[in-house]
Amino acid sequence: MAHAPVLEVIDRTQRQRRPPFDVMYEWVSTVDHKKLGLMYIGYALVFLVIAGFEATLMRIQLAVPNNHFVSPQVFNRLFTMHGTTMIFFVAMPMVFGFGNYLVPLMIGARDMAFPRLNAFSFWISAFGGLLMYFSYLGGDGLYGMGSAPDVGWFAYAPLTAKVFSPGHSTDYWTLAVLLSGVGSTGTALNIVTTTICLRCKGMKLSRMPLFVWLMLTASGIVFVAVSPLTAAQIMLVLDRYLGAHFFDTQAGGSAVLWMHFFWIFGHPEVYVLVLPAFGCVNEILPVFSRKAVFGYPAMVAASVGIGFISLSVWAHHMFTVGMGPAGNTFFVFSTMVISVPTGIKIFNWLATLWGGKIIYKVPMMFCIAFLFQFLVAGLTGIMLSAAPFNWQLSASYFVVAHFHYVIVGAIITALFGGFYYWYPKVTGRMMSETLGKWHFWLFIIGFHLTFDFMHIPGLLGMPRRIYTYEAGRGWEGWNLIVGIGAIFQAVGILIFVYNMVRSYYRGDIAGHDPWDAWTLEWATPSPPPVYNFAVEPTVRSRRPLWDLKHPEDQDENYE
Amino acid sequence: MMQTTSRIPISAQGEAAWVLPSRGIIGMACLIVAESAIFMIFVVAYIYYIGKSLSGPTPREVLELPILGTVCLLSSSFTVHAAVSALRKNNVRTSTLWLAATVLLGAVFLMGTAREWYHLIVDFGLTIRTNLFGTTFYSLVGLHASHVVIGLIMLTVTLALAASGRVREEHAERLEVLSLYWHFVDGVWVVVFTVVYILGR
Repeated sequence: MAHAPVLEVIDRTQRQRRPPFDVMYEWVSTVDHKKLGLMYIGYALVFLVIAGFEATLMRIQLAVPNNHFVSPQVFNRLFTMHGTTMIFFVAMPMVFGFGNYLVPLMIGARDMAFPRLNAFSFWISAFGGLLMYFSYLGGDGLYGMGSAPDVGWFAYAPLTAKVFSPGHSTDYWTLAVLLSGVGSTGTALNIVTTTICLRCKGMKLSRMPLFVWLMLTASGIVFVAVSPLTAAQIMLVLDRYLGAHFFDTQAGGSAVLWMHFFWIFGHPEVYVLVLPAFGCVNEILPVFSRKAVFGYPAMVAASVGIGFISLSVWAHHMFTVGMGPAGNTFFVFSTMVISVPTGIKIFNWLATLWGGKIIYKVPMMFCIAFLFQFLVAGLTGIMLSAAPFNWQLSASYFVVAHFHYVIVGAIITALFGGFYYWYPKVTGRMMSETLGKWHFWLFIIGFHLTFDFMHIPGLLGMPRRIYTYEAGRGWEGWNLIVGIGAIFQAVGILIFVYNMVRSYYRGDIAGHDPWDAWTLEWATPSPPPVYNFAVEPTVRSRRPLWDLKHPEDQDENYE
Repeated sequence: MMQTTSRIPISAQGEAAWVLPSRGIIGMACLIVAESAIFMIFVVAYIYYIGKSLSGPTPREVLELPILGTVCLLSSSFTVHAAVSALRKNNVRTSTLWLAATVLLGAVFLMGTAREWYHLIVDFGLTIRTNLFGTTFYSLVGLHASHVVIGLIMLTVTLALAASGRVREEHAERLEVLSLYWHFVDGVWVVVFTVVYILGR
């Protein structure tokens, strides 16, 4: 690839070996958005491996009927810890890690708006995760070791009441989620403020990279979606510690109220996670199609539209509660409406690919897989949004398959693409393409074995959260395939981790701009120096580096 | 591709000034949005549980309108605004006086709440455990009161700094950010007052 012109940046970073304690002190005390972003991602990867291990244990248990690999109590703890960890301590920190690292670089800023708040948010989320896992030690006091939260990741009342969940494991759950919520709100506040107040000269809202737009929207949702969960957790703490009666049905309290509060958080949360994943695709797809993204204004409008509509769909998780015809109709309708802006995005991605010179590097392969898998996930979503269909399949493996299709098939897949795409920027070295392709194919095959076939036992009536089942119901073969797929995925992820470690030491030197990309982060050296830009950049279009490389054909003439 | 000189870092010639909003105000606005969502959930819970308590005492029997506290808290919005305006005009002394008035009014409000709670707990035996009214009342009013306490701590620190002569005109924007929070706490009280003392009774 031709040598691309880059900014002259004064890099005075000392590159000599220092004692490990100094390095540790630097990372613990840092307020640099890049270091914090990396810590978010590293912490998410650690929990990804832990929660993935929990999932593997569950799949071993369910692979054959009448299995006694783990006890029912342990199984309950496994699915609770798996769900909570994956959402709060894997997916959230991962998208916020990407946002933290990339948003200031993409808008030409030197750091986040509130660097110390940024560090606070990271550490409070990190300690939230540790607190939840400490429950394995402290759940029953140190002498009754081995108790973890077992109330399910949505912790329906009245199961969480002191009577039904004695001991402290549920307290660890609620406090961990509370801390994670505070951290998420802080980071979201930081991202919104950074985006609004620290854009470099010429970076109008209409010129921001789409990734930044999507982080902005996702952060906006965090304010109004995560806060209700924080409020509900405060109520649960009051119930458990001070004897309040919010969710105490014996004193007239309502269990359904908790369901509402939880899903007012729970559904928008999906969009908090998926919008940054869309952001990754929005950056990768155009670069590897060698075209500007198709329909930028429509993309922005669709993203913000998804943000607003996502706030009005929560009760489609509760069709079986019996909300009456008016409630059901409203939530069926609003849920179906959200597929309109999502469809706009899919069509725009296809139109970006159309007529492009597509380059099948690993990041692009993950994005293409994302397109297919996200489409299927959306289609089963529309099936489930129809209330009568939902009455049949609510709390079955069909639902489990659907939301894993969204989270693994869309969010994690797109984030993997993001990892391969931005790794050279972060470390200065390329990830191995060969290992990347092994990761891709093993992971994708495993994903489809697991989650395509998981729909079928759901349709055959297998409920979620059962720890074992009898033979002869037609579920056993399917569950075995699902379990085998999990092994493929695990191997794929291990290759991915190995690839990251290996490439850090042995990868090819990446240079500033290995993909010939167009957004501002590629104008800095790899890795970017402290404070990113020695001179504040000025931009004139959505693709500042295109302008730089093509003085004869400026983007602003077309926008 | 040819090596070209960078066009990016050279600041643009003769373009309109590039002005972006202040990060303090935007950050506070974000915090207010997030806090409003928390309060909204507590308000919804309060409204949902009105009249659903299985045992007494009921709001009608025990609650009295906290007129004095309300008047004080609402007028403290005006005093804090006056403090900001005075500081903008580099009138540090006047600003300090208005700040002191704000702290005083806030403290009167808090004392009103404390008296009310003492009365409810000691005379009527209403605690957070008693019934759904107690649960929702103490948590909603308590959540608001804790925000008043946080605001008062920040205002008192500012007042102490102002009294020791460390606050100058250039700090007007920071004081404004603080005043936004205080206005928010006031606004929430209007909602809480309406829901708890008017609708709920």
